[in-house]
Amino acid sequence: MAFGPYFLLATLEGLVTAAVLALMALGLSLVFGVMRVVNVAHGEFYMLGAVLAWWFASLFGGHPAIGFLVALVLSPLVVAAIAFVAERLVLSRLKYEPEATIVATIGLMYIIQQLALTFYGPEARPVEAPFNYRMQLPWFGYSAYKLAVIGFSILMMLATWFVLTRTKIGLVMRATQFDRETAQAFGIPVGRVYAGVFALGAGLAAVAAVLIVPIQQAHYLMGHDPLLLSFIVVIIGGLGSLRGTVLAAVLIGLSDGIISMFFSPTLAKMLATLAVAMILVFRPQGLFGEAAR
Amino acid sequence: MTRLTPSAKTIALHVGVVLLLLALNFLLPEYHRGVFARVLVLAVFAMGYNLAFGYTGLLSLGHAMFFAAGLYGAGLTIYHLEWSVWPAFGTGLAAGAALALVVGFLALRTTGVAFMIVTLMFAQVFYLMTLYFTTYTRGEEGLVLPQASRVLEFPGGALDLSDPSTRYLVALSLFTLVLGAILFLVRAPYGRSLIAIRENEERMRMLGYDVFANKLMSMVLSGIFCAASGAAYAVLFGYVGSGFAAIQYSILPLLWVLVGGAATTLGPLIGTLFMFYVIDTASSYTTAHLLVVGLVLIGVILFFPKGITGTVRERWLPWLP
Repeated sequence: MAFGPYFLLATLEGLVTAAVLALMALGLSLVFGVMRVVNVAHGEFYMLGAVLAWWFASLFGGHPAIGFLVALVLSPLVVAAIAFVAERLVLSRLKYEPEATIVATIGLMYIIQQLALTFYGPEARPVEAPFNYRMQLPWFGYSAYKLAVIGFSILMMLATWFVLTRTKIGLVMRATQFDRETAQAFGIPVGRVYAGVFALGAGLAAVAAVLIVPIQQAHYLMGHDPLLLSFIVVIIGGLGSLRGTVLAAVLIGLSDGIISMFFSPTLAKMLATLAVAMILVFRPQGLFGEAAR
Repeated sequence: MTRLTPSAKTIALHVGVVLLLLALNFLLPEYHRGVFARVLVLAVFAMGYNLAFGYTGLLSLGHAMFFAAGLYGAGLTIYHLEWSVWPAFGTGLAAGAALALVVGFLALRTTGVAFMIVTLMFAQVFYLMTLYFTTYTRGEEGLVLPQASRVLEFPGGALDLSDPSTRYLVALSLFTLVLGAILFLVRAPYGRSLIAIRENEERMRMLGYDVFANKLMSMVLSGIFCAASGAAYAVLFGYVGSGFAAIQYSILPLLWVLVGGAATTLGPLIGTLFMFYVIDTASSYTTAHLLVVGLVLIGVILFFPKGITGTVRERWLPWLP
């Protein structure tokens, strides 16, 4: 077989990875950008989104699309609510000190993981895709659902961009990010903005998870690798820069799809992690980010 | 009765703790003696972590790699090269020191959040390496060191490290050695300069201290102590596996030190002991011991940011080192 089909397949798979990764990393980046909190529990919010998606989908019989759509709406909302409560109960009391919040989110990670293991169990379970149509491409048929994932992810990112730049909520968020104290002085309820951002970040991770669950299965340890990849994306894109995050997600997703065709996945992960650590050491503002103010 | 100076009190307290631990070897029932031996070895890990995190203020999320460097440095040379315990232990220490030097040199260019993520990533690379070279390490499954190779040779005889009593006493010796070293370090001018760097790095730089060199030295010493713990773990318990290089083993020393009290000499021991028994007790009721780890982490950081020993020092015993 020629090179073309392989390349097209790797690119498509890479784009699906990139689409999901971008949503998840966007949440991580938003939380870091506005709150300066490194949320280690982000991967668990993703996992929780997937597990809840399975649960919601299993409640509804009939056409798989019904269960999936219910999951797509409810699962992120539930995850966001949990994140909101965690932020109010724990993070806000730590005054957002970076070291304390990292320790606290590590604790949160263990708690969510253990609860998922206890109540959901160690099995991996699939959610049926809402439709099962195969699109005929020049060399092979390709799942239309995967293409829909790419489209939906772009829509979600556009929506996030719209909220951030064109609405009052976004204005308040950007003001808080720019200068917390001045924002407070102007009467912005900084605490509630932080809680909202934390919930939004977790919700985005959950959306990403619901989208991926018909392709991969829901499992209580599924949050680890995406968390690491999101860290990589956020760092390469520049901590807190949303445009960089999306660009980096596409870059990482595509190269992940192509590299893992040629190298052993462990070696690929090893080299990628090392490369990113080096980027952080020698260019801490990221490849696309600007130097700190 | 004459009043003791704080310095005399400090030394009396530490000697007392060591004597108490020595007495426990003869008093504890078999199961708990085994737990204590493990706790003593892991407390060395926690003390090494404490030197970097508690005293120097370097919150590393990658110390599992130093522990694992010691573990594999000792374990692989014994298993594959059939070295005896002394040179294997030395290899473990050297591996830890070299790794800490390289990682410290790179990671210390960053501070704060970036430092945490960089150390986390280096540790992740180390962990993946233990999986990648699975022909030598056997990955997650790990290697079991044969009992015949775990013998500590002296000019006058040999000690079988798999014997419970010997194991306890060797673990206690290592613990005592490291405790003494840390106590000496933190009371010496060097230790005071580390604390000063933690409190105000900019001012120390202004006063003419080489902050980078001091921090690097602290990382290397911390790496050596952690590697000593790892190497001791390999020879005393005879198992070497990549689980010890995973992220969880970077988080655990942080947890132990936070619970026991950061920047205290005895905090790491108390924290390790406390968490071991909390998890042990919890495991007899439920399998969800990670839940306990998570809840204790959040509880400690919310309500006792100074840990057990730190709170005792603040309330009652201000002379506690």
